[in-house]
Amino acid sequence: MKSASIEIREARKGWCFVVPALVWTIAFFVVPFAFMAAVSFASRVSRQIVYTWDLGNYLNFFSKSYLLKGLFVSLEITLMVTVISVLLAYPLAWIIAERVPKRWQRTALILAILPFWTSYVVRSYSWLLVLSSNGVINNLLLKIGLQEPLELASTTTATVIGFVHFFVMLLTLTIYSNLVQLSPNYQRAAQDLGANTLQTFWHVILPLTLPGIMVGAFLTFVLCIGDYITPQILGGNNELVLPQIIMLQLGRRADIPTAAALSIVLMLVVTLAYILCLRWLKMERA
Amino acid sequence: MSLRSILSGAFSWSYFVAIYVFIFLPVAVLVLFSFQDGTLPIPPFNGVTLKWYAEVFTDPKLMSALGNSLNVAFLSSLLACLLGFCAAYGLARFRLPATALQRILLTAPLTVSYLIIALGLLVLFNWAGVRLSLWTVGIGHVVINLPLCFAIIYASMGEHQKNTERAAQDLGANGIQVVLLVTAPMLMPSILAAFFLSLTFSWDEFIISFLLSRFDVTLPVEIWSLLRSGLNPKTNAIGSIVFLTSSVLLVALEIFVFRAGSGK
Repeated sequence: MKSASIEIREARKGWCFVVPALVWTIAFFVVPFAFMAAVSFASRVSRQIVYTWDLGNYLNFFSKSYLLKGLFVSLEITLMVTVISVLLAYPLAWIIAERVPKRWQRTALILAILPFWTSYVVRSYSWLLVLSSNGVINNLLLKIGLQEPLELASTTTATVIGFVHFFVMLLTLTIYSNLVQLSPNYQRAAQDLGANTLQTFWHVILPLTLPGIMVGAFLTFVLCIGDYITPQILGGNNELVLPQIIMLQLGRRADIPTAAALSIVLMLVVTLAYILCLRWLKMERA
Repeated sequence: MSLRSILSGAFSWSYFVAIYVFIFLPVAVLVLFSFQDGTLPIPPFNGVTLKWYAEVFTDPKLMSALGNSLNVAFLSSLLACLLGFCAAYGLARFRLPATALQRILLTAPLTVSYLIIALGLLVLFNWAGVRLSLWTVGIGHVVINLPLCFAIIYASMGEHQKNTERAAQDLGANGIQVVLLVTAPMLMPSILAAFFLSLTFSWDEFIISFLLSRFDVTLPVEIWSLLRSGLNPKTNAIGSIVFLTSSVLLVALEIFVFRAGSGK
């Protein structure tokens, strides 16, 4: 009896610690989200939000072609960025883990992620300096003998370059931490059994690091598909991605219901990717 | 050494250098042309001037945005750390129902893009008639940083600290004394890591600040409005300052938190 009351008192003390964070998360994350979900079923009638509780905003996806196109452009860019970033980051992580002397590895990593900490907005802007029609690259190309500057800025290519720059740093970090956790015994065993470097990599190292790559790739996917800044600064106004379209609804048209519906779609895409990623990881483990 | 290993070594190192050039190219261009003696931050480089830095430091809008950013980052990180630490302590040290559910709830904001968090808060504040200000930005930043702080601190709460806490209790320390004098100091490396990480995230965050602020804005939002004037060495200058600040923060984190932590 006495121990039960002590337990209740203990639990009460525990709640005191947890409740503030819970309340904060519910008040400023769960409730706003529920609000947004509700608004996505409303419509905007002469600058007022009217709760009509219909699927109009979602059905617009099929009647207004630029919405569906935005989703496709988003997916296309995101997948491209994810694949290119993994392909570029993996060798770098491997070189840092295998070729760079142990005591310099940390420094090499910190150097690799240093630009990661520049302001996100500024980073996209600095790619503009490099890619614009009179920027660094075109300047160089014109000197070498190119006749006309390449149209690099304000294209999807520029968006992809800006994104890849950011995610190569991120992925190098995650893949590196995966590689150094591998016991060198695996490599030694493979070599003792007669595998050459390439075979060791392909049959032993790569499969062992695949789950880590998937986690990094998923992170890339999520951050990339939800980003507004990089496409807005580097991509120009030709091929809009979904976040750009959402911001357009908010800004010029003040159409919160449509923006909310688009956000929900964006979230569903991310959730779908998450489920696929999780299922794949489970399959891998089984 | 065989020819093959020399070749593969040469290939590795050229790849290594190429990627680092790719990573540093935009930052190098940014910093170099912040000293441009001319009105365009693009080649040719005309010579060195500090004019643009002087312009940044005499721009009242940029300076107030800088102050706002520091305030919001500091206060929101402090609150996020405090809430995160308490929640981590409560969940790790007390037997509560549905802890798994609580952990999922507390870390859920990590899985949602900032744009969606900002939009939700915007809808809520609109409905409640809350005026947008730096406070609403700060609320948003606590929402994104709280799960991070919680996860980092919770992950470092182990069994060995529990024994020290119990020892302190047996020696007559009350609950609050245990938390403040035993648990918090033991977890200081991860608390500091969480704090500095929150600081850099909040300092750099754009979309929440953009949507949830009105008249007073944070630095990324002010830089964003500078971008409308196109390529401008002044933008390079403020960008270089931001880069320097974040780098110092990162190096401080490395030296004081991680290296100190791994040295033990």
